[in-house]
Amino acid sequence: MDKIIDVEKLSVTFPTEQGRVQAVRDVSFHVNEGEILGIVGESGSGKSVSMYSLMGLLPGTAEISCERMEFEGKDINVCHFPDGKEYAAVMEGIRGNRMAMIFQDPMTFLNPTMKIGRQICEPILNHTGLSKEEARNKALELMAMVGIPSPETRIDQYPFEFSGGMRQRIIIAIALANQPRLIIADEPTTALDVTIQAQVLELIKYVKDTMNSSVILITHDLGVVASLCDRINIMYGGKIVETGTDREIFYEPNHPYTKGLLSCICNPEEDDRELTPIPGSPPDLLMPPAGCPFVDRCGEAMKICKLRMPEAETLSPTHRSMCWLNEWKKRQEK
Amino acid sequence: MSKYIVKRVAFGLVTLLALATITFFMMRMIPGTPFAGEMRQISPTIREKLIAEYDLDKPIPAQYIKYLKNALTGDFGTSLNRKGTKVTDIIATGLPYTASLGLVAFCVAMAVGITLGTVAAFSKNRWINNAVALIATIGVSVPSFLIALLMMLFLGVKLGWLPLIGLSGWKNFIMPSLALALGPIAMITRLVKSGLQEELKQDYITLAKSKGTKPVIVVVRHALKNAMLPIITYAGPLLATLVTGSFVVETMFTIPGIGSEFVKSVGNRDYTLIMALTILYGAFIIIANIVTDLISAAVDPRVRLK
Repeated sequence: MDKIIDVEKLSVTFPTEQGRVQAVRDVSFHVNEGEILGIVGESGSGKSVSMYSLMGLLPGTAEISCERMEFEGKDINVCHFPDGKEYAAVMEGIRGNRMAMIFQDPMTFLNPTMKIGRQICEPILNHTGLSKEEARNKALELMAMVGIPSPETRIDQYPFEFSGGMRQRIIIAIALANQPRLIIADEPTTALDVTIQAQVLELIKYVKDTMNSSVILITHDLGVVASLCDRINIMYGGKIVETGTDREIFYEPNHPYTKGLLSCICNPEEDDRELTPIPGSPPDLLMPPAGCPFVDRCGEAMKICKLRMPEAETLSPTHRSMCWLNEWKKRQEK
Repeated sequence: MSKYIVKRVAFGLVTLLALATITFFMMRMIPGTPFAGEMRQISPTIREKLIAEYDLDKPIPAQYIKYLKNALTGDFGTSLNRKGTKVTDIIATGLPYTASLGLVAFCVAMAVGITLGTVAAFSKNRWINNAVALIATIGVSVPSFLIALLMMLFLGVKLGWLPLIGLSGWKNFIMPSLALALGPIAMITRLVKSGLQEELKQDYITLAKSKGTKPVIVVVRHALKNAMLPIITYAGPLLATLVTGSFVVETMFTIPGIGSEFVKSVGNRDYTLIMALTILYGAFIIIANIVTDLISAAVDPRVRLK
């Protein structure tokens, strides 16, 4: 299977007045053609920042270092472009065209004083030679596809005339405008009612299948990814602490943080089981710990956990986890 | 829409009536008479005749009703100070000077303010930002007469580049319009700068970039319009204030406009002229507010006209 996106050793740091925030630390991941990759983690774990860096949407103050970032075999690693203008030109050609993003909050991501139709047509006119008339027809098709009733009247309305769920559909329509090969969905359901959430996830799955695209689905809710994703990355403290297929993550979780997340999911079939929250709070990324970022909240922490970051342990060709317990178990077996 | 305009105009007329009533009675409460300055020169008989001629001997409510009746037919009376001259004629002579100067000042304020604000919003150069901040601070804190005096001294007297008095040619407009525009320039610069910076931080800008739109086009197409909304709200009343003139600037540059006329009329207790000018100012402000609201509604669809 071909990799549509391949990232190796990506780090993102934000210089602030308080110090340097190391939002993403040495992260490697890839997405295969046609698969849905879930990225799960708490707020501030670096999920969104790593995705914004793929899109080249981070603010100019962000310091990015990366060994490899390839999209459809094309180099999009900002570190390989000494000329910022050249990088900008490459990314402008890709953004909203081959790679598109579905954003989190439907209430703030649409321009309040621009008609919906123009907002959907914008990426079409940016990347295709279509006329305004043709782009408008395409926009009508897209609106129908994402399930907006009577698109002919809705297309000339403004965002404030739409409900939250409908706006999220508009945002999805904008992302899908040019049938992107990779769709990055940044917590697409967080700001929506529970009843709408399922519909939107269904929609993302549907468009992924019809357009044969790949999807990166960012969420802090393991329940959301369970039904959708082929593979799952668990992020914590700016690092990917565990990665595996959905079965591996749900049935053979290795990292204590993953186990902790799983015990936070409400399962109506097991009503006798109590939900166990993970005690404590995430590490301060101004001064990330030298060892495992989860050490202070981990029930099974050992001395070494505080001192050194563990290497990723390969558990299966698709399953890897960063935890000293694996090393310890291996030594016990010897 | 037309229903809304009719409603606003009707409400504006009621406001004008209230304004006229309050002004009428308040003027009569201030001590002094229109003929105070001439007391010694004219004999009591003539004074009484004058007072009777202008109905000043009648009870104030009766005067008020008579005034309103005349005003409704377009007759605002004759000036108490310049005998025989209709106040409408005084205004008709002065308004063109005041309004043309105000209009020039308004255009200067908008053009310079928006340019400076936009430059300041995007410039990463510390010196440019400091220079713009300095202009904005000076504009807000230094009174217009001081600026006017300094300009007159250097540009007018020492260098002799610009004429000092009157409003006869385009060169005459430069100093007074700058003196009028400096405060508004400072205000508009701040509004544009903070508005643009605020809009550029919004999420919808990120979405626009994610479509592959070029940064310059993102600013022009998305940020600029939204950043202009507060400017529109400020510009309407500003225009009304500027075209009705400024006493200080008109007096300093000896411009025969209605701004200086207004202040003189208060000093002279020229009741009829005060009333006419107050109603004119009120009408300007009311019209400016209605037009401002209409433009805001046209630009921002979220504004509903009810």
